[in-house]
Amino acid sequence: MDLFEYQARDIFEKHGVPVLGGVVASTVEEARAGAEQLGGGTVVVKAQVKTGGRGKAGGVKLAHSPEEAAERAGEILGMDIKGHTVHKVMIAAGAKIAEEYYFSVLLDRAERRYLAMASVEGGMEIEQLAVERPEALAKVAIDPLVGIDEAKAAEIADAAGFPDELKPLVQDVFRKLWTVYKDEDATLVEVNPLVRTEDGQIVALDGKITLDENAGFRHPDHAELEDALSADPLEARAKAKDLNYVKLDGSVGIIGNGAGLVMSTLDVVAYAGERFGGVKPANFLDIGGGASAEVMANGLDIILSDPQVKAVFVNVFGGITACDAVANGIVKALELLGDKETKPLVVRLDGNNVAEGRAILREANHPLVTLADTMDGGAAKAAELADA
Amino acid sequence: MAIFLTEASKVIVQGMTGSEGQKHTTRMLASGTNVVGGVNPRKAGTSVDFPANGADGADGADGADGATGSVSVPVFGTVAEAVEKTGADVSVIFVPPAHTKAAVIEAADAGVPLVVIITEGIPVDDTAEFFTYAQSKGVRLIGPNCPGLISPGRSNVGIIPANIAGPGKIGLVSKSGTLTYQMMYELRDFGFSTAIGIGGDPIIGTTHIDALEAFEADPDTTAIVMIGEIGGDAEERAAAYIKEHVTKPVVGYVAGFTAPEGKTMGHAGAIVSGSSGTAQAKKEALEAAGVKVGKTPSETADLMRAILSA
Repeated sequence: MDLFEYQARDIFEKHGVPVLGGVVASTVEEARAGAEQLGGGTVVVKAQVKTGGRGKAGGVKLAHSPEEAAERAGEILGMDIKGHTVHKVMIAAGAKIAEEYYFSVLLDRAERRYLAMASVEGGMEIEQLAVERPEALAKVAIDPLVGIDEAKAAEIADAAGFPDELKPLVQDVFRKLWTVYKDEDATLVEVNPLVRTEDGQIVALDGKITLDENAGFRHPDHAELEDALSADPLEARAKAKDLNYVKLDGSVGIIGNGAGLVMSTLDVVAYAGERFGGVKPANFLDIGGGASAEVMANGLDIILSDPQVKAVFVNVFGGITACDAVANGIVKALELLGDKETKPLVVRLDGNNVAEGRAILREANHPLVTLADTMDGGAAKAAELADA
Repeated sequence: MAIFLTEASKVIVQGMTGSEGQKHTTRMLASGTNVVGGVNPRKAGTSVDFPANGADGADGADGADGATGSVSVPVFGTVAEAVEKTGADVSVIFVPPAHTKAAVIEAADAGVPLVVIITEGIPVDDTAEFFTYAQSKGVRLIGPNCPGLISPGRSNVGIIPANIAGPGKIGLVSKSGTLTYQMMYELRDFGFSTAIGIGGDPIIGTTHIDALEAFEADPDTTAIVMIGEIGGDAEERAAAYIKEHVTKPVVGYVAGFTAPEGKTMGHAGAIVSGSSGTAQAKKEALEAAGVKVGKTPSETADLMRAILSA
């Protein structure tokens, strides 16, 4: 889960990382109050969106009074930045910046450990810096069992070329950012820019945090960081029912078991769709190993309520799950949904107890259900039905 | 031969007394796996009875008591004790995510050389820690968030159904469980030396490259199917490895061409970030290394079929 800047700022503050004052606002009035709370002087009004390039898009503006802050907030709230609607702004205290640096800690999947990156040339897009001046971006491996201790912090500061007089300050900030990474179960903590102010302070002026959702069980407080305003309503409903669902733009609803098989099913449907007016998959939905009737019914309910969906493809390989259980699930789900349902379902079952599973569906003889023998055949049939 | 797992493997189950552990121990025993013990400190000294040999009548389940029709598997208090008493050299872990790190570290401390972690939903920081620890002890991890591995007719550790395909000459390595099953099913007429699901988490113990290296060295494997998916650059790295080190024919499949940027697709590691981790980039890297890549699982199977029938 990616956090907003204001959420990252709050978490930084909680762990002792030096930040400037910041107040989040969803309305013009809140923006005005926020600016007053920060002393009524110069503030920066920053759009809260989970994408880069908001400055260029006009989402970051200076204001010299609470009145002006309210005005700027009025301009920024509701803006669309790369497809993200701005629902909130952060009113941030102004700072006199002397220099900009960069620091991040992230997961290094290939090396199966962590990586710290630091540069004394901050402020610009880090991808750009990595390409144009790779020598200016220090990369230091972090042992997950050790973390960023004093020696590692010194190594990072050295590698990045921080001047000696700044080292004690930046090393302290590195170590605090490491506690953010470790204690909050983050997979990314990035500060760009980390700044030196004219009065010699090191301050995290912007922050990006990605939290590990698998660690949610030991961070009950993380649940409230979720962005309910921007969530797709179908995704929110699916999440409430513990379904692994991602909304897409096509017209063929997909249900399958296992993340890999479902991803593959989306691709095979899109591929088959090339022959049927370019129809595409409408969603990702993995009902997992134990596909009970209830889970199937919940899944079908979500997919069938997507107005874009014109046909559904259920693609299950019974590994641990028996196909007869899946077939019973489909039959019961259709019973629960009742007569109001009119969208056709193509069902492909293979694997454990496949003969029994297919027999159950054949016997039920539901007018909306078509049986397919293969994954490719099922995908083609579903694409054809969605194109009709 | 086969890779990582043979008929000689002695397997203990951490979490055997839980519901998932019991269910899958039953299945492992039925498919001929030599399960020599379970671990649960609260149930040390007891044993669990499992039905002897499943319907497929697989042999090789040492300790099977044909007379009573059940197998009694002892439960030990610690992995160290289980290893000492049974000589186990494989542990498979079915414990919940919050306890997996401790379970892996215990197995590594006990000197188990191969630890297979089925558990899904482990915090990546836990995995980073126990992987680093296991590596320092020379322990091979498979998973987490994986279906395990099967050397058909020899041994089966994890949750891969044993009845999809029998023994044969194909080596299969995949990030995905159900795509492993699908591909085994598509190629069931040829059979497999070993099929291994390496898992869909951002950090995994055994990589595509590790499996490719083992298959290349395995005299019983003549061709390799490699299945990847969006996220990270493991497939690109595997492609580079294949180009340099693999002489056996490899066919590939990559899932997730239609996945949108920034969305986790079921597996914690299956995410396209910005322009990195895309299926297209992985497919291109594999093709550049001379690997034929199928557009669908069935087309991938056909590519393999053509190689084996040539």
